Parts: sequence; structure tokens; C-alpha cells
Amino acid sequence: MQKSVFTSALPWIFAAAILIVLPFIFTGGGSITIMNQIGITIVLAMSYNMLLGQGGMLSFGHAVYMGIGGFVAVHVMNIVENEYLWLPLPFLPLVGGLVGLGFATIVGSFSTRKAGTVFAMISLGIGELIAACCIIITVFFGGEEGISGDRTMAPPTFGIEFISQKEVYFLIAFWVLLSIFVMYLFTQTPVGKMANAVRDNPERAEFVGYSQRWVRYVSFCGAGFFAGVAGALFAINYEILTEQNLNTVMSFQVLLATYIGGVGFFLGPVFGAILFTILQTVIGLQTDLWALYTGIVFVLMVMFLPTGLTGLFAMHLIPLQLGRLGMLIKPYAKIFVPGLAFVVGAIALIELINHVRHHAEEQFMTLFWIEFDTTSFLPWALFLIMVAVGFYVSRAFAKEVAEAWGEATFVEGERR
Amino acid sequence: MKLFNKIASFVLATGVFFSSSVFADTIKIAFIDPLSGPFATTGTIGLAEWKYAVEKLVNEKGGVLGGKKMEVVALDNKMDGKESLVQVQVAIDQGIRFIAQGNSSGIANAITDMVKKHNKRNPDKQVIFLNYSAVDPALTNDKCQFWHFRFDANADIKMDVITDVIAGESGIKKMYLIGQDYSFGKAVAAAAEKYLAQKTSIEIVGNELHPIGRVKDFTPYARKILASGADAVITGNWGADMVNLGRSLKESGFDGPVYCYYCATAGITRTFGETGKGMLNIVGEGKLNPMNPALEAYNKGLKAKYPEADMSQPRITNAVQMVAKAINEAGSATDMKAIAYALEGMEFENELLQTKVVMRTSDHQAIQDVHVGMHTDDVDIDFDNSGYGIKMYKTVKMASMDSPTTCKMKRP
Amino acid sequence: MDLFIINVIDGLIYGLLLFMLSSGLTLIFSMMGVLNLSHAAFYMLGAYLAYQISVYTGFWVGLIVAPILVTILGAAVERYGLRRVHQYGHVPELIFTFGLFFVIEELVQYIWGRSMVNYNSPESLDFIAFNLAGGSIPAYKVFMLLVSVGIFLALYYVLARTRVGMIIQAALSYPKTVEALGHNVPLVFMGVFGVGTGLAGLAGVIAGPSLTTFPGMAFLLGSIVFVCVVVGGLGSLFGAFVASLLIGWLQTFAASYNIGAADILIAFGYEYPKDVYYHPWRDLWTLTLPQIGPILPYILLILVLVFRPNGLFGKRET
Repeated sequence: MQKSVFTSALPWIFAAAILIVLPFIFTGGGSITIMNQIGITIVLAMSYNMLLGQGGMLSFGHAVYMGIGGFVAVHVMNIVENEYLWLPLPFLPLVGGLVGLGFATIVGSFSTRKAGTVFAMISLGIGELIAACCIIITVFFGGEEGISGDRTMAPPTFGIEFISQKEVYFLIAFWVLLSIFVMYLFTQTPVGKMANAVRDNPERAEFVGYSQRWVRYVSFCGAGFFAGVAGALFAINYEILTEQNLNTVMSFQVLLATYIGGVGFFLGPVFGAILFTILQTVIGLQTDLWALYTGIVFVLMVMFLPTGLTGLFAMHLIPLQLGRLGMLIKPYAKIFVPGLAFVVGAIALIELINHVRHHAEEQFMTLFWIEFDTTSFLPWALFLIMVAVGFYVSRAFAKEVAEAWGEATFVEGERR
Repeated sequence: MKLFNKIASFVLATGVFFSSSVFADTIKIAFIDPLSGPFATTGTIGLAEWKYAVEKLVNEKGGVLGGKKMEVVALDNKMDGKESLVQVQVAIDQGIRFIAQGNSSGIANAITDMVKKHNKRNPDKQVIFLNYSAVDPALTNDKCQFWHFRFDANADIKMDVITDVIAGESGIKKMYLIGQDYSFGKAVAAAAEKYLAQKTSIEIVGNELHPIGRVKDFTPYARKILASGADAVITGNWGADMVNLGRSLKESGFDGPVYCYYCATAGITRTFGETGKGMLNIVGEGKLNPMNPALEAYNKGLKAKYPEADMSQPRITNAVQMVAKAINEAGSATDMKAIAYALEGMEFENELLQTKVVMRTSDHQAIQDVHVGMHTDDVDIDFDNSGYGIKMYKTVKMASMDSPTTCKMKRP
Repeated sequence: MDLFIINVIDGLIYGLLLFMLSSGLTLIFSMMGVLNLSHAAFYMLGAYLAYQISVYTGFWVGLIVAPILVTILGAAVERYGLRRVHQYGHVPELIFTFGLFFVIEELVQYIWGRSMVNYNSPESLDFIAFNLAGGSIPAYKVFMLLVSVGIFLALYYVLARTRVGMIIQAALSYPKTVEALGHNVPLVFMGVFGVGTGLAGLAGVIAGPSLTTFPGMAFLLGSIVFVCVVVGGLGSLFGAFVASLLIGWLQTFAASYNIGAADILIAFGYEYPKDVYYHPWRDLWTLTLPQIGPILPYILLILVLVFRPNGLFGKRET
């Protein structure tokens, strides 16, 4: 069946429309700032997924390629400012990407020989090495204070000087869409398809006639390119690059974001990037325990939902196709209430204990937009009951959900 | 996305944070420092000091502009440069015009750069950067700018005072300099070299930088210092690097003085305990011990409200009161240019600390009394609730008042 | 020369401490095929638990009880977490232990706060054992040395002389065969993971007072332990031992001698630039050995992995 050009272009047009409309919907203070951050994280997480999701390579040093691309981008920005070079700002991500690609070409030549633990350990070593060099080589990396530039000094593009956050938003949005599109094209190439095969069974892939090492190498270089693009976008948005952009902590964050979104799906990291940035920046304003929650969500996800957020949606495609989604509504609704009670109760207890131990000076605390007295017995009892009852009841209902799920996805004659 | 919209707009638009009180018409100061992660202790203590100072020294005394209250809004930067810039932008988007930050000169550098660009690009939404703790001299020299004000004495000024004390110690013949390998550590080493050569004939037997936060075991460094025959050590180390260095020195048998910038509070005083006695000599502004009655009451109040906090950064009381004074002088809380001009060159008499502070016009560096003290249990105000604290034994009035600056301030 | 001897001793103490961590890690790897990325978090947990116990009962009770608690926790992690993730494959296992690192680190900060805690060596060991070359070796360091050696001997005995040890040893070289013989029962898995993490806990207990118990301690030591086991050869206990000592000495000696790049450059006939701070090669001219000391292990790691992916003494494909 041949799809018409229009049908295959439709999702992209739709995505572009959403990206254009977004800044006019979210006008609240700070939303554009956060959306810019999300955009950069999306490109980075998507590029990381080229390694982990599509190629089966677990990297602990992916931020390095973003960082190096970003550093060069800032340097180029400064060169442009001094008028040694004419380069409109929207082309800067290309520079960053090429630098990321170049560096990945070098590192990949020896690190992609093996996948698995060897690759992971080499990536960790490279990550630590470059992060340490960052402090030592001040000429290029500027020490711990980093290198800064000024994006508005580039020659104007159609009269736009990228002064406001919104103008930068559109630049980032353009590159996000373009990057996702090119990465999608990559998955459609023979090498892109072979990457999956190599991930799942390297030996069989070799029998087809592809060198597994070569396939990994190509994926690795591609990932390096888009990480570099993300780095340049970072440089444009923040106008500064520091050691923190490429150290291991940053690499770990990429892994977290990508995995939460779902590594098995092409668009999984997009959701991961959105959720992670919100956890970090928005929830981070609400509680100083945001990292604890992120960690717990992450570990639970690895344990119970290894396909990530996107996997959760994708799972429901089977009952949807079988027309049995309705069977799930009732058990879901049943578990939702006690489940929510458990989660809310647990978070409330954690926050309450934290408040009493570290913010005891304020007798009242606000949680979920409700203010209450931390010294009174009532909230403690309430939260404890919520946790205990919520846990007990939802465990009982979980069986029902599992049964309903089995029924909804049961296919006659299929062995499972 | 809907959820995001709800959360984002709710949080960001209303600005509801930990504090339960939200005044619509307060003058807000965004406090941007680490409130989560390994560096959160310092940030949390700083926040308590800011909140208490605003409450006690401004709001309870009738506020500013005839009754307006001030408020500190806490934003967590996780000790991360990018997060700091995001939070500054969030603060600006909420209409906050004062940014206070202090932990890490690297972050201060990023913020001052961003504030400079922002003010140029958005003349109607200008902000002032109140740097209360980042002491890299560059911030008031090569990288100085009109919207940045530093309330702490910078690394050079502090070294000037330390070397005054060292020059008076006849027992010190050989000095070892050790610090973390980054801009601040380098600034300390350079200043020490300069002032020691100027004021004394002490031989510098070692001058080295170690990677910041990466040294697991300081024993080899301690051995080296001992082997060099050094009588004393100068270091700008902070956090675990400070504690580990000090402990290793003691364990290896070093019994000379260690002159330091950040060897107190945030768990450090408690961890050193008896070990630090007779070893640690710290430089800082704000005379805590021996103290005066006004300060005693203030400290008691702070401790009652925030049991885990210390009055570790008395300069915060300067910053808060000077900002309030500048707003009153400018007659507006939104005309940032007028406020900045009011702050510039301001002479302020702090009754609490019984000292004078001058915000130097040429580089926006606060000039104040700087003291050197020792770690001891003979104190009125202790740190970390440990019984140990810092007792000042040497004061330099208006330290480095006429020190040169390379700042070429561009004023709007 | 005196400084040399004292550095040998310091490096040995540090290296043996690393071995206590890497031995557990390599044991777990050889049995279960998974590199436990959360290993250092258990080390941190050991230190904090021992601190908490020592507040109430003194150091010595903590020395015994804390590692046992960590062992139980480790076993529980294997039983309820890792076993579940095992079915998804190798990479999710790695990612699980990686996530666990974060959770434990955050939990520790949640429980004990974010500043360092005052965990000290016992007073009975607060004296100087002996003096050497103007430097002194505190008794606590000697105690650390003895505990490490004791653990090494005990491990050696268990592995070489007991039945459990035989099974584990066999699994080092022929995992598939051992599995076929029906030995890889879940209990052994649980036990090995528990003991492995327990060793890390013990390392934390004895290192806590000396290297300071603070929230960053796991992160600081975390990746260096992987370097030890990977360089030594994954699954090789002897390799871990050699690599740990090697890295212990490497870091100690690198920090001890202020050899600068300038000395070398001058020896090669280059002239020291006048205004070095503005020189384009200023970073090279001012570079010293202690500055790059902490990254030497990573260079070693990359070199070993590139040229000898099995590590120095590893027999198995990683």
C-alpha cells in the first residue's frame, strides 16, 4: 500500500502547528523559558535514544557530545560577534552538530567495538576525562565559570535579532522538529533498521551481512551529531556553557529523561524530556525532594514498566484494536481512587516528615494547595490511613486489573 | 499538556512556594541558591538568614516606602549553572526585580552576565543582582557591571587581612598554599603570593591546586605539606575538601595554623569539633564573638525560628537593610536604575553589627570591617549547635578601602 | 626516600579500602553477570548506618551491626528488585542498579540531612601508631589496614576452602556449567549480592571516620570502583586486588609529587613564557601531576578497555 505524500506529511504538519501555537497558549510567566529547556532536552534525549533505544548501547557520557558542540557554538558566536565570520544564528546548531559528529567519529572508532558493559564503561571513562579536562584546559573551556557569548550580535535573520525568549523559542522549535524529522528518516534507512537488529541479536545481524560494529558506529556518530545540535541550542538559549553541561551528572540526567519516556519507542524520549524537565524545574520549586521522587519514579519504572511512559500508551493499542478497551475502564476506575490515595498519602507523609525536621519554624505548611497545622495529630493520622488503606485496597484491586487486562488482550488461538 | 499547563501556570503565575503567606503587593527578592542536593545546607542556612533579616530588620520596622513589605522568594538552583539561569528567568517573568545569589563564583558569573544582557535588552524590566557571597575578585574587576553589587569582602580583600595577621606571627617562616583548581582557588593563591611578598619575607614552599571535589583522600597532600617544612597553610577550600584537608593534616601530625575562608558552619564546625581548636583561623566580615547585646537578641531570635541555621553570613543583614534604604531613597521599588544609583556609593551604619559599610562607587564592592577569628569553644554564638564557633581576634577597619580596581563601569 | 615509604603505606591503605569495595563488586558480577552500579551507594549507607549506631552505642557495635544491616538490605534489593528486572535483559539490569544509586543517595540525604555528619574514629584508636619521616601514622589507619587484610584473608579462605567458595570460584570460569549443575539457585544469588554489598557497607563503616561521612561520598568513590574491577578484569578477584592496589598507589603518588609540565618542557629545551597567564598554552605550562592525578585512573580504564577488553586478569568476555 503506497501512502500518499500528504498522509505521511500530515503528522509533521500537525506537529509544526502545535509548536507554533504553544507559546500563545502557555503565556504564563516562565512557560517559554521552560518550553525552551524542554525543546533542548528533547533533542538531547532523542539523540540518546539513537544509542540506547535503537542501538542497545548504554552510555554514561552522552552529555560530552552536547557539551563540546555547545562550547564550540559559543566560541563561534564570539567569532561572529567580532565579525571574523558571517553566520546567521539559525545555522549555529549545524556547527554544533558537526562538532558533535566529529568528536563522536573519533571516540566511536574505538568505543563501539563492543556493546554492553564495555561500551558503558568506556563512555563513563570518556565522560569523566572530558569533564576533568574542562577544568584544566581553561583556554577552551574557560574553567568552572565557562564561556559566554551574546546571541544578538549575530547578523539578523529576516530582521530578527533573537532578543526575546519567544524568538529563541521559534528557533529551538524549528530545530527540534527538523532534528526529529531527520532522526526519523534515519530509522527508515537500512542502517537505521539494522541498528535494531544488532541491538536484539548481533550474531544474526552479522549473518545478514552487516558488521555489527559498523552499524553501532553509524548510530553513535548520528547520536553525536544531534547531541551537538542540542548543545548549540543550549548555547543560543543560555548564552553560556560550563563544565556542568558535560559532566557525568548531566549524562545521568539524559539517561533518566530518556528512560522515563520509554526507550523502545521513537517518540518516547519526547515525553520523557517533557516530564523530566517539569519534575526538575516545576516540581523543584514546590519541594526540595524532587530528586528523591525522580529517583523513585525511575526505579519503579525500570521494575514495573520497562517500556516507559510511551510503553504504557502502546500497551493499550492491543485492547483498542480488539475493541475491548471498555473492559478496562471499570477496573481502572476502581484502582484509581485507592491508588491515588496511596500516592498522595505517601508524598504527604514524606513532605510532612521533611517539614517537621527541617522547616519546623513554620507551624503551618501547604500541601496540594491545602494549608494545615503540622503539630496537630489529624494530618498525620489522615495520611497514615490514606497510605495504609490505599495500599491494601489497591493491592486487592490490582488482581482485578490484571485479570481484566488478560481478558482484554486475550487472542483466540494465540499462545502466551 | 493540560496538566502541565495547570501546574506551570499555577506555580509560576501565583508564585506559591513554601511560605504560606502570599502578599500581592510585596517587594520580592528572589533567593537563588542550592536548596536541594549535596550543597543544600549552605543554601538553606543562607535562605533562613535572608528571611529572618527581611522580617526583623525591614518588615517589623514598618517596611519600605511607607509600609510596603518585603518578601524573600526561594528558588532552587541545585548548584547548577543552567538551572540558575532558568530560575533567574522565572523570577523575572514573575515580576521580581531583585536577584540574590552567593554560592559559587561560577554561577555568580553566569548570573551577572545574564543580568547585564537582560537589562540591556529589556529596559522596562531591569533587575539588580545582589551578590552576597561569591568572592571571585573578577566580579568587581574585569567582569564588573552596573547592576551587580557585592556585599561580601572579595578574596583579595580577605587575603589582605589574613596576611596582616600572618605578618605579625613571628613563628611563621614557611607557607604552603593549597586550593581547589578553579577561579576562586586560583584567585586566593595569586592574592596570597602577592601580599606575602609585599608584607613579609615568608617563603612560599608550596603552591598548588587540586581538582575540586574529586580528591578522595587528602593524606598524600598532607604528607607533602609536612615534608615541605611549612609552618602554616593558607587554603580557600570549602565543603568536604576543607574538612578532609584539615583532618588529614591533623592526622599526619601537622600542628601549625591553617588560614581559611570557609572552614565554619554548614556541618564543618561540628565535624571539626575539638580537632579544629588551635588550627583553624578564619577570615570574614561581621564580628560575632565577642558580641554585643543587640546581636545576641537577634541571634536568639534567628535560632528560635530556624534551629538549624547560624548567623554565618552577617553581611546579609547589610544587604537587606541597604536595599531597603536604596528603595526608600529612590522612592520606588520598580525604578531599578534609581535604586542602583542609590545603592552605588551608599554609606550605611549597621546598628546590629555596629559597623559601617560603604558600597564603593567605582566597582560596587562593599567596603567593611574584616576580621580574623579562630575556631574555639570559648564563644557566645556557636555554629552548627556544636558549642564551637569563631572568636575574632583581629580586626581591620574598612579593609582595602583604597585597593585598586580594574573595573571600568559603564553606567546607563 | 622517607616520603616514598610513607606514601607506599598510605597508598596501600587506600588501595586495600578500594579492594574491599571492588571485591564485592566483582563477586556480584561473576555470579550474576551484572555490574552493580549502586555499589558505592551501599558503601555510603554503611557509613551512615554505622554513624547512627555509634551515636547510641559507640564505634565497635556499629562496626559489626552496620555491615550486617547493609547485607540484609542488599539481599532484599536482589530478592525484590533485581530478580524482577533480570527477566527484561542485561541493559535494564544495569539501569536498575543505576537508578538505585540515586534513590539510596537521596534517601540518605532525606534521613540524615544534607550536611556532613560527625562520625569519628573511636577514642581507643585516637593515638599515633608510629612516626615515620616526620609524618605520623595514626592508629586508626593501622586498624583500617588490619581490617582490610583480614577481609582479604577471610575471602580467600571462603573461596578456596569452603563448598560455597568452590561454587563461586567455578562460576568465575564456567558460569554455564555451574548453572547446568543446578547450583545457581536464587538463594546463592541473593547471598552473593548481600555479601557483596555488605563488603561495601563494611568499607563505608571503616572509611567513614577517615574520609568524612558526607552526602557526596558515594559519588566521589563511585566510578573509581568500576575502574578497579574493569581494569583488573571483570569477575577476577585477583585482578580486582591488583588493580585496587595499583590505583591506590597511582593516586597517592600522583598527589604527592608536584611534577609540572613546565619542568618537562624546559628539559626539552622550551623556554618558560614570560607572561604565562596570557600565553595560549598557559594550561599546559601550569599543568602539574596532582592536577591530573584523579583522572589518571580513567585514562587507564579507557586504554585497558580499548587494548585488552577483558581487563588485566579477566578471562571472561565482559
